[in-house]
Amino acid sequence: MNWEIVIGLEIHAQLSTKSKLFSGAAVGFGAEPNTQTALVDLGMPGSLPVLNKEALRMAVMFGLAVNADIGMKSVFARKNYFYPDLPKGYQTSQMDDPIVGVGHLDITLEDGSTKRVGITRAHLEEDAGKSLHEDFHGMTGIDLNRSSTPLLEIVSEPDIRSAKEAVAYVKTIHSIVTYLGICDGNMAEGSMRCDVNISLRPKGQQEYGTRTEIKNVNSFRFIEKAIHTEVERQADILEDGGKITQETRLYDPEKNETRSMRSKEDANDYRYFPCPDLLPVELTQGYVDSIKATLPELPAQKTQRFMNDYQLSEYDASVLSSSREMANYFETVTAEAKNAKLSANWVMGELSKFLNQNQMDVSQSPVSAENLGLLLLRIEDNTINGKTAKDVFQSMWNEEGTADEIIENKGLKQVTDTKAIEEMIQSVLDANPSQVEQYRVSEPDKQKKMNGFFIGQIMKASQGKANPSLVNPILAKLLKD
Amino acid sequence: MHSQNITLLAQQLRNKEFSSVELTQYYLEQIKQHDASLNSFITLTEERALDLARQADIRIQNGENNPLIGIPIAHKDLFCTENTLTTCASKILHNFVPPYESTVTQRMLESGTVMLGKTNMDEFAMGSSNENSYFGAVKNPWNLNAVPGGSSGGSAAAVSANLAVAATGTDTGGSIRQPASFCGITGLKPTYGRVSRFGMIAFASSLDQAGPMARSAEDCAHIMNSIAGFDDKDSTSSETKTEDYTAQLNLPLTGLKIGLPKEYFGEALDPEVAKVTLDAAKEFEKLGATLVDISLPNLNLSIPSYYVIAPSEASSNLSRFDGVRFGYRCEDPKDLLDMYMRSRSEGFGAEVQKRIMVGTYALSEGYYDAYYLKAQKIRRLIKQDFVNALTEVDVIMGPVAPTTAFNLNSKTQDPVAMYLEDIYTLSANLAGIPAMSIPSGFIDKMPVGLQIMGNYFAEAKLLNIAHQFQQHTDWHTQTPSLTEGA
Repeated sequence: MNWEIVIGLEIHAQLSTKSKLFSGAAVGFGAEPNTQTALVDLGMPGSLPVLNKEALRMAVMFGLAVNADIGMKSVFARKNYFYPDLPKGYQTSQMDDPIVGVGHLDITLEDGSTKRVGITRAHLEEDAGKSLHEDFHGMTGIDLNRSSTPLLEIVSEPDIRSAKEAVAYVKTIHSIVTYLGICDGNMAEGSMRCDVNISLRPKGQQEYGTRTEIKNVNSFRFIEKAIHTEVERQADILEDGGKITQETRLYDPEKNETRSMRSKEDANDYRYFPCPDLLPVELTQGYVDSIKATLPELPAQKTQRFMNDYQLSEYDASVLSSSREMANYFETVTAEAKNAKLSANWVMGELSKFLNQNQMDVSQSPVSAENLGLLLLRIEDNTINGKTAKDVFQSMWNEEGTADEIIENKGLKQVTDTKAIEEMIQSVLDANPSQVEQYRVSEPDKQKKMNGFFIGQIMKASQGKANPSLVNPILAKLLKD
Repeated sequence: MHSQNITLLAQQLRNKEFSSVELTQYYLEQIKQHDASLNSFITLTEERALDLARQADIRIQNGENNPLIGIPIAHKDLFCTENTLTTCASKILHNFVPPYESTVTQRMLESGTVMLGKTNMDEFAMGSSNENSYFGAVKNPWNLNAVPGGSSGGSAAAVSANLAVAATGTDTGGSIRQPASFCGITGLKPTYGRVSRFGMIAFASSLDQAGPMARSAEDCAHIMNSIAGFDDKDSTSSETKTEDYTAQLNLPLTGLKIGLPKEYFGEALDPEVAKVTLDAAKEFEKLGATLVDISLPNLNLSIPSYYVIAPSEASSNLSRFDGVRFGYRCEDPKDLLDMYMRSRSEGFGAEVQKRIMVGTYALSEGYYDAYYLKAQKIRRLIKQDFVNALTEVDVIMGPVAPTTAFNLNSKTQDPVAMYLEDIYTLSANLAGIPAMSIPSGFIDKMPVGLQIMGNYFAEAKLLNIAHQFQQHTDWHTQTPSLTEGA
């Protein structure tokens, strides 16, 4: 059967506030257990929560960035369940009246097409602590440093139809929250965690199939793999005439499989009710407008601007605007090189290749945007050709100097003297008389192929310094003679 | 014997008739002599009290004039006190020593009061008789066979028996006013949000409110000057400006319109209590007030509404007592679930467990709308009743409880009868308005309180009304004789 995949995502983004959602304790990763806790984070009797206004502001920023309705009156609710690392016996979250309501965003797929994905809601909630099972001789340790860390849970509509779309969606959310500066986007440290809801239905059917939820998938790659695995599992069951059990599953990246965590029947009744320790949060339009005024240029706007200002394709523009750092880098290169297309090719090509190989972020690049721009200038003014430029870039990456220094030191300057080039070509032809003979009696197709041979020999002889745009016509002329 | 009159004591301290240390020693002695039979204290903080008294004497010597400096008081044992055992009268917190101070006790500390100890109460403030305490029932100083009322029964009994000049209490559904009435003292439940809840171990967060319990309205006013006011640690605390609560005490009551709701004088009310209450109301006519018959039509809905909302919030508030981080943990738990279940079953008393179960049920999927949401709607109706009534009249008066203090063990088997004790007090909590209980007479040698309810943040007015009554009556000055066994 031909199945349609239906995916909805819940993303927990940890907000980059200095202190916790309901206390003044510092938020941080990797501190000694239970050193970053205030009374309320410990569930101390008599302690009370006080909302962190910065977290509220960040949630509103996100709402505005995804074109959402802002909850002018939002209500915190308690989600009640017992767990050792949940110190109050409830999580303070939002249920009926979230801070961010219905919105949407557009994702760009690899083929350049775009797709709109609905945002159902986004709400503020506090994180739980951590249970530590190692080093306690059969007992469990509790670390409440993470307790009450602010999270924004972003819930999408089930509008996503493939693993690729899911990844594109998560990447878009990732770039929005990092652009806004409201989340560091560090998935390895759990600053962004995804729950993926997946169901299948026969193509053409309106009704949704039974879904499963895969918890805590924490990298773009795992999202894609987990979805493939789960889709396959569900399809196998359905094709055998079975039924999907509504349940929560865990993805095991080592075995590349999902396995059942708990079924719907085991699910808690969370007994949500409005938190009586926190008053409803009422916003004024003036407050929302003041936040709107501070919003930075967002990825989608930047993509559009790159397309308009630099005549980039939508795909190139969206890749270059995927992070604020990448976009800034690109624009700095372009400002130096005065050639957007060339800059885009280099940033997405050579630079990205080196960054990926070294698992580096653009902000860590040893080649500054200014220096890359200067390198590209040397291509444009024919000082060096593209191939040489790649060697120069390699040297720049190894911190051997600026483009000009390297070109100078290594004598890589392109030969642009027509007379010199003509002499050099002639000597190459003289050294290969039989090939010249053969060329002259061949069909045009064959000639084209042989042309490559001569160019190769010429470049070798010139050590890459011959300007290709001069070599070609001279070679053609000399071969004719 | 010392008077329980903060203004007078403050003068005497400054006149060097005695020092705060001497006053404190006197009260510690009184407690040692009489509290064995009353059981009004859970913890006595003798050394700390003497230390605080010494500091107070220095402050008095330095000319500081806050009348609370050096005054020995007691705190209900649900206010967290730093490094001092805070039990909420529960086994589950029998060993809990908070690392911090509640706002109420902190402010009282800064005002210079001397804490003698922590008073007994119904476990987690759940009860109307102070029989639900892990540390045993409190006895009524007027009759050791009678209950002192609850949940602030320890504070009420201690003040009544002059084992402390004044005390703090908390009132979720009548827990300051009903024991004040039963023990013949003055108690004020302020407007919700007037006094910070930070550091008060929560029973029902949307209803809990701390307030003073003392001999007189004037003393309550002194304490309000210390504890009232915005606290940025409590998001529900009000930013409405506080007043000097002693400044208006002497205003005349001419022209005051007092509403008497007919629903407060129905069948549930003991006829003798009704008579005492109406007589007290008539006393106000002599002071220039007029009495107006009014109606609060939804009074009878306050019990069902309260007994859904309060347990619902409690079921969640008390989830943190799970044996994981502090308090009681059962012996040798075989797994996590066993630890939760036995720690809580063994740690909470019967009434607390009952209310946790009621609240858990009311919030459950499928019942939430029928119970919790409906109760909230009723709450809004009750509030509206008061808002409407208080546009016609300045204050509302009525009984505090249907009867005087009943005998120990007489209602423990009949929860509905026990819950009916709160019928006249619950609605002030549901509406969030301030309400007082002042001594207004005796029936068979047992005190009867008069309830005065006012508009939001009208504490100064209530205290003024109560003070004027107390200038013309002497019910509040009556003290129980502690010679018979106590």
